[in-house]
Amino acid sequence: MSAHEKHQHPVYGLMAEFASAQDLIEAANRTREAGYKKIDAYSPFPIEGMAEAIGFHKNGVPLVVLIGGIVGGLTGYALQYWIATMAYPVNVGGKPFHSWPSFIIVTFEMTILFAGLSAVLGMLALNGLPMPYHPVFNVPRFALASKDRFFLIIFASDAKYDAAGTRQFLEGFHPRSLSEVPS
Amino acid sequence: MAEQEEALGRSAPVIEPGHTFATVTDKISSIVLTRPTSKSWIVGFTVGFALTMMMLFAIGYLVVRGTGIWGINIPIGWGFAIVNFVWWIGIGHAGTLISAILLLLRQSWRNSINRFAEAMTLFAVMAAGIFPLIHTGRPWLAYWMFPYPNTMGYWPQFRSPLIWDVFAVSTYFTISLVFWFIGLIPDLATLRDRSHNRFAKIIYGILALGWRGSARHWHRYETAYLLLGGLATPLVLSVHTVVSFDFAIAIVPGWHTTIFPPYFVAGAIYSGFAMVMMLAIPIRKIYNLEDFITDRHLQNSAKVMLATGWIVAYGYGMEAFMGWYSGNKFDSFLLWNRLHGPYAVWYWALLICNIGIPQALAFRKMRTSPLWLWLISLVVLVGMWLERFIIVVVSLHRDFVTSSWGMYYPTKWDWMTYIGTMGMFLAAIFLFVRILPMISIFEMRTLLPEAEVKE
Repeated sequence: MSAHEKHQHPVYGLMAEFASAQDLIEAANRTREAGYKKIDAYSPFPIEGMAEAIGFHKNGVPLVVLIGGIVGGLTGYALQYWIATMAYPVNVGGKPFHSWPSFIIVTFEMTILFAGLSAVLGMLALNGLPMPYHPVFNVPRFALASKDRFFLIIFASDAKYDAAGTRQFLEGFHPRSLSEVPS
Repeated sequence: MAEQEEALGRSAPVIEPGHTFATVTDKISSIVLTRPTSKSWIVGFTVGFALTMMMLFAIGYLVVRGTGIWGINIPIGWGFAIVNFVWWIGIGHAGTLISAILLLLRQSWRNSINRFAEAMTLFAVMAAGIFPLIHTGRPWLAYWMFPYPNTMGYWPQFRSPLIWDVFAVSTYFTISLVFWFIGLIPDLATLRDRSHNRFAKIIYGILALGWRGSARHWHRYETAYLLLGGLATPLVLSVHTVVSFDFAIAIVPGWHTTIFPPYFVAGAIYSGFAMVMMLAIPIRKIYNLEDFITDRHLQNSAKVMLATGWIVAYGYGMEAFMGWYSGNKFDSFLLWNRLHGPYAVWYWALLICNIGIPQALAFRKMRTSPLWLWLISLVVLVGMWLERFIIVVVSLHRDFVTSSWGMYYPTKWDWMTYIGTMGMFLAAIFLFVRILPMISIFEMRTLLPEAEVKE
């Protein structure tokens, strides 16, 4: 974010606090329906339907894992093929150098290893983690997001965002608290 | 309906009623954050630590003197190192079964024991990994087993089951570690937000990677977690299969059988659940966690033990049957030697420990009594250790040629190393329950009635 943009959005967003998952998901659905696009929800556990409620559909994790698995499997097999037939051929009891049944297990293990690491690293990378600092942590009550409270934020960068109007809109949900998140 | 549930032992809840998000969070995180370190913890950790030091001493002496200090000889070249390796790695399997397979089967009762069982897996695999490493005789050259370009122009032999084992076990450890760690991230964020100690806040904060519980994050997180569960499931089944190949690919009577992979996997889960019970029963008592690790968990685990015990019994039956039915004189001799040879007393002890006594679990009274469950679990762990001893030692000590028969007697160094790994395992478990939440807090929250959302 450039200095100019920072000046434009002195606040990061408006954050409303709710006491239950039910309240959060209803508020998020109505916010999305009201035309807000840049919103997010924070909860102490995964809530079914929450991603749809904030209008999030793209999930790149499965593709990353698939690619990881394919690369791992091919790497494992190619490594063994190259070693057994070219780099270090050893005649074991007259068996063919390319004795593929012996190579299945390591191919399998490498597939799982690469796919599993892709799942973890892919999930973290797509989520932009690790990220030690984030503006939402500036709200003191946000510490409860990892315990028993639920938060909905409308980002100031949203086209429909307007300090007074958005505040009024969120107050309509009767949140437990409403805080401006400093940028 | 209620009667049927009662008869099936499903009446006990997964979490005792009356808990809320806040009480679950407080109860589990307080064990780590606010509860003073108890005397029993210090005593337990000290014992574990002292035994670890004994193990390091035994290994240090081994490195100086070589494997001659052990009881191994020719023909019994494998001895305690491989017996203990198979035993420990089998114990680890229950953790992955609970965390991955029960996740895919949507068995939500797993949520209160999975974290703990996964930690047990990691420590068991660490203990297991020590044995083949030091059994090589030159553990400082163990990296030669990995394929890397080197000036010797040498590459590993991928037709060998021992190399398959290196890949299977190291993949298993890596995947178990990352599975455990990503399960911990949301709970580490809880600890970060709740600890008052600045040092703890910084450490938990770094480990939590800045987790903030965003809906986008949760969505990808759940996908990744489920996929990891899907990947870990075939992996855990493959690991003990590959371990069994270390035996089954050889032509030694008693090893060269096709029943080994499924029977090894079942035995692994059998002993693993026994270890889960051995640890969970005292821990839930000490930390007053009966609300979360309820009788339902104990009963379900007992049922898994009963079922896998039957598969193991079938394996023994098949081995005996093939000894007779194959008509192969070496196979029939092996059966005779197990039943009447010099190690017969251990074979009978194995049958009593693994097949006889655990049948008591068929009675509900036994499954609901923590004390009996704990004792039966101990018996199963002993029995499964004896099974590996019988497979390794009895098969090797009298093979095809009578002139190469021998006997195996473990030395004090064998025992010191084995008991030392138990100490290391114990010390690691004690550290784990003290510094990390031993029950998954966020997964417990999802089990509460207030977590339900109506569409």
